[in-house]
Amino acid sequence: MNFYLTYILVASALFVFMALFTLFAVYSERKISAFIQDRLGPMEVGKYGSLQAFADILKMLQKEFIVPNAADKILFALAPIIIFVSVYLGFAAMPWAPQLIPTALNLGVFYIFAILSVETLGILMAGWGSNNKYALLGSMRSVAQMISYEIPAGISLLSVVMISQSLNLQEITMKQGILSQESIKFLGVWDLKGIGGFLAWNIFQAPHLILAYIIYFISSLAECNRAPFDIPEAESELVGGFHIEYSGLRFAFIFLAEYSMMFLVAMIGVVLFLGGWNSPLPNINSLHLASWTTGMGWGIFWVLFKTLSVVAVQIWIRWTLPRFRVDQLMSFCWKILTPLAFLCMFISGIWRLTMMQ
Amino acid sequence: MIVNSMYATVINSFKTIFKGMRLTISHVFAATESRKVKAISDPDYFAQNKGLTTIQYPHVKLPVPDVGRYQLDVEMDDCIVCDLCAKICPVDCIDIESIKSTEAIGKTSDGTNKRLYAAKFDIDMAKCMYCGLCTVVCPTECIIMTDTYDRSMADLKGMIYKFSDMTAEEADEKRIALEKLNAERLAAKQAIMIPKNS
Repeated sequence: MNFYLTYILVASALFVFMALFTLFAVYSERKISAFIQDRLGPMEVGKYGSLQAFADILKMLQKEFIVPNAADKILFALAPIIIFVSVYLGFAAMPWAPQLIPTALNLGVFYIFAILSVETLGILMAGWGSNNKYALLGSMRSVAQMISYEIPAGISLLSVVMISQSLNLQEITMKQGILSQESIKFLGVWDLKGIGGFLAWNIFQAPHLILAYIIYFISSLAECNRAPFDIPEAESELVGGFHIEYSGLRFAFIFLAEYSMMFLVAMIGVVLFLGGWNSPLPNINSLHLASWTTGMGWGIFWVLFKTLSVVAVQIWIRWTLPRFRVDQLMSFCWKILTPLAFLCMFISGIWRLTMMQ
Repeated sequence: MIVNSMYATVINSFKTIFKGMRLTISHVFAATESRKVKAISDPDYFAQNKGLTTIQYPHVKLPVPDVGRYQLDVEMDDCIVCDLCAKICPVDCIDIESIKSTEAIGKTSDGTNKRLYAAKFDIDMAKCMYCGLCTVVCPTECIIMTDTYDRSMADLKGMIYKFSDMTAEEADEKRIALEKLNAERLAAKQAIMIPKNS
């Protein structure tokens, strides 16, 4: 019985976290975009507009479910659930601290990638079910984009997996800090076992993983449909893209999934490349900075800190760079990112064979 | 050669991306500063080009000059109801109905005789384009533009400002008086005309 109670507790904790993160992200996005454009952003609700997101969600909860007459009712109603659940399940395998992981899957990376692909299905259902040309166009673009960009993202993650020799996210994280049982080498030469610090992170363990991280970061932007890859919901062309016909709570769930997706892809990048819950501070002789800043609380802090920084960069990019054209998007993915990702994987193989013996 | 140009493109892309990103982040950090509420007459008005430009309008207002040319106001005591403003108005937002007086009503502050009552003097501020032509043609300078620029109404009809100081009864009274006078005059005229013809 306790067994199930824990499950429910963990699941609700994750849900609450996602909801709070979404509210926070919406507020910070509005503020950052305002500052970039020399505006003030929300100011009226609460101090400095801090309660604006809560006011918005309260308004959204009260709204009516509007189902278009011509819509495919079943698909229309199912789509937000599938979109949300696929992102929500992705959180199940993410490590938060040395002992804290909802489910310690030994196939974590594979699982997350598989479950995130289901979101594409939900988006296609939303677009088709709405029976709206803009929604359908948006969802078609979204599917084309997400499926294409999953390839460079997946391959660049594979190049990390080849270095770490594990698909278990907890183990991959472990191998980037002071808790590692094996030796970690900065650029393959300087042994950092027991020293840790940011130089032990995967991107610094092998130089080509910096390139892999850039590839992953770019593709992750495309996977969560954010600018400069926001052609699926290009407001200025498609009104709103696949979620155009949704209202009220259903729209709220799509929105929730979108922002949680931002967090999730950023967190995957952080866990695989930027050391996850490992402290960026190294042990220097008697100064055991890394040992002092490793633990349950610190782990959650570091992973949140790193992930939120990456999310901030995502927001920053969105408000700086203009949108890709569809053909540019595709050629960028297939002609540049995919070959580069394969190159990274190839170098990873060589690196594994020559430098890590 | 192709490879060289490809590298050049990549490097150029990164350069331009970082240039743009640096620009936007500099605005984020400049957001600690904010524009001060200063009138346009202030010498620093155009020097404030850093930081946030928004001022929180309903709470804070930029001072406007006392001679600001915004919404119209009419000083009815000075109005001679000549209808010139309504005639010149390019958007026909002034609606005047005049009644001839049976005797001299009085004088405006600049000494012009008033001979007409304004039964109706409506200005539809929703239509007004703030060109100021009416204030130019007004012979007694009774229609002026004021420094009031923000007046919101819940109802569109509220935007029609009524300046006439007569009640409907008064207007009717004057109308009857005028009709009576006209009838008397007509009778007098006919009284003269009939003997001639016969």
